[in-house]
Amino acid sequence: MGEILARYDFVGAFWLTIQLSFWSALGALMIGTVLAVLRVSPVPVLRLLGTAYVNLIRNTPLTLLMVSSILGLSLILGLRLSNDVKTDAFLWAIVMLSVYHAAFVCEALRSGVNTIPAGQAEAARAIGLTFNQSLTEVLLPQAFRGSIAPLGSTLIALIKNSTVASVIGVSEAAGLMATIVENETGGVPVFFVFALGFVVLTLPLGVLFTSLSRRLAVKR
Amino acid sequence: MSAQNVLFDAPGPKARLRHNILTVVGALLILGILYLVLAKLGQAGQLDAAKWTPFLTASAWTAYLIPGLIGTLSAAAISVVLAGIFGLIFGIGRLATQRWIRIVCGIVVEFFRAVPVLLMMYFAFTIYSRNGVFLATINPLMAVVTALTLYNGSVIAELVRSGVHALPKGQSEAGLSVGLTPQQTLLSIQLPQALVAMLPALMGQLVVVIKDSALGYGITYMELLTWSKTLGSAYANTVPAYIVAAVLFILLNYAMTKLAGAVEQRLRKRPITAGPLTNTMPNIVQGSAEPGGPIDYLIEPSHDAPPRD
Repeated sequence: MGEILARYDFVGAFWLTIQLSFWSALGALMIGTVLAVLRVSPVPVLRLLGTAYVNLIRNTPLTLLMVSSILGLSLILGLRLSNDVKTDAFLWAIVMLSVYHAAFVCEALRSGVNTIPAGQAEAARAIGLTFNQSLTEVLLPQAFRGSIAPLGSTLIALIKNSTVASVIGVSEAAGLMATIVENETGGVPVFFVFALGFVVLTLPLGVLFTSLSRRLAVKR
Repeated sequence: MSAQNVLFDAPGPKARLRHNILTVVGALLILGILYLVLAKLGQAGQLDAAKWTPFLTASAWTAYLIPGLIGTLSAAAISVVLAGIFGLIFGIGRLATQRWIRIVCGIVVEFFRAVPVLLMMYFAFTIYSRNGVFLATINPLMAVVTALTLYNGSVIAELVRSGVHALPKGQSEAGLSVGLTPQQTLLSIQLPQALVAMLPALMGQLVVVIKDSALGYGITYMELLTWSKTLGSAYANTVPAYIVAAVLFILLNYAMTKLAGAVEQRLRKRPITAGPLTNTMPNIVQGSAEPGGPIDYLIEPSHDAPPRD
């Protein structure tokens, strides 16, 4: 068991998972924030753009996005992100994970905005705050606190979904496990070690986000 | 409360002008994106009629896309039924009066929610094919079903648990006070109400199952994505094949989401339950619920009071 893991790059595979998750989380947060702004804007066309993105991406399997990025966009349309095949797959995996989870980040942020009762905005205007003041002092802080729990869920889902990158040959944790289980006998403990690796990655985050969302919950 | 009403005042003349400008900018943006996509596709020759006409022939559908849809839907249907049974058993287990049953069920549920579905799928596939557990032809299907059942069953178990917790306290108190045991109260009073109220969330989970069945691509399960890849090689139209597959997935899942919404609306009109439990983000792949993570926010009793007469 220990000897099997010593022959494969166990730590390296999980490091790749962490890298994938980190950069995709950043990307998803950026795209998702822009989408959330679009979806709550007062302009119908911009709202339509945001809604269309969310509905299209949310209903497409991540596997399809992943596979079509490499086989379609990179190979056939020639949209190479890097000349090295491995780096190209890695970068496309980050792009697709970001694009996919951005839809969920957007929904998380929007649900945060939706938790604010109208009275908050009315009260802010009634005491004479300008639009910018009421936005930054009253509304956004509450919206952010209301969206911590769903954002945490999205982050954890993203870490687990980074395994999908293995279908395009990025040798992160799930890909390495598939290789080991196929080549070696006695795969059961190997599976549990990898499963434990994901539990270690996600469980503390889950606990952290739960306690944050409880601690920062807006009393109403 | 819709976001627009909270964030923005009724627009005055200046704001209306700004909105009109933004409308034009937004429309130009949409057109620009469409143009870029079409130009890129056209440049690579992907818009040629020859790439798209195969989808007008019967054989592309009967030989590739329909078997693909059948593969996807059958894996999803089997998994959803099994996951429902798994979820019910472990959900009830998590509500048991004996402490050790609660702990064991809790560990199982939290474990399978934390492990990526694809990891379980790879593992189950290797184990099944090495030990010849099933016929070689159905090994991939069985691996897909196993992984989807364990993950979604755990999510459903959590739904059952929080569904029961979300019921008004008076329900269990009334049961206990007329002399039912805790088990009887759970089975004949709390669960029936919780299950009805969970229906929209359960249907939302079906979208997750349909999307996750595409992971079967990684273990050569012949579902819609795998079949579209084959179709793409057969007609030399990979990109159009993926676009058609995506459209089919989107239509399928969008219809499911709409159906779940309609069921929720119907439940809201029923005065007898405590209101539907709404799953705010029903279709995140593998992610509606995480280990030790927040799930209660996913299903909370509806805030709009059900109409009473």
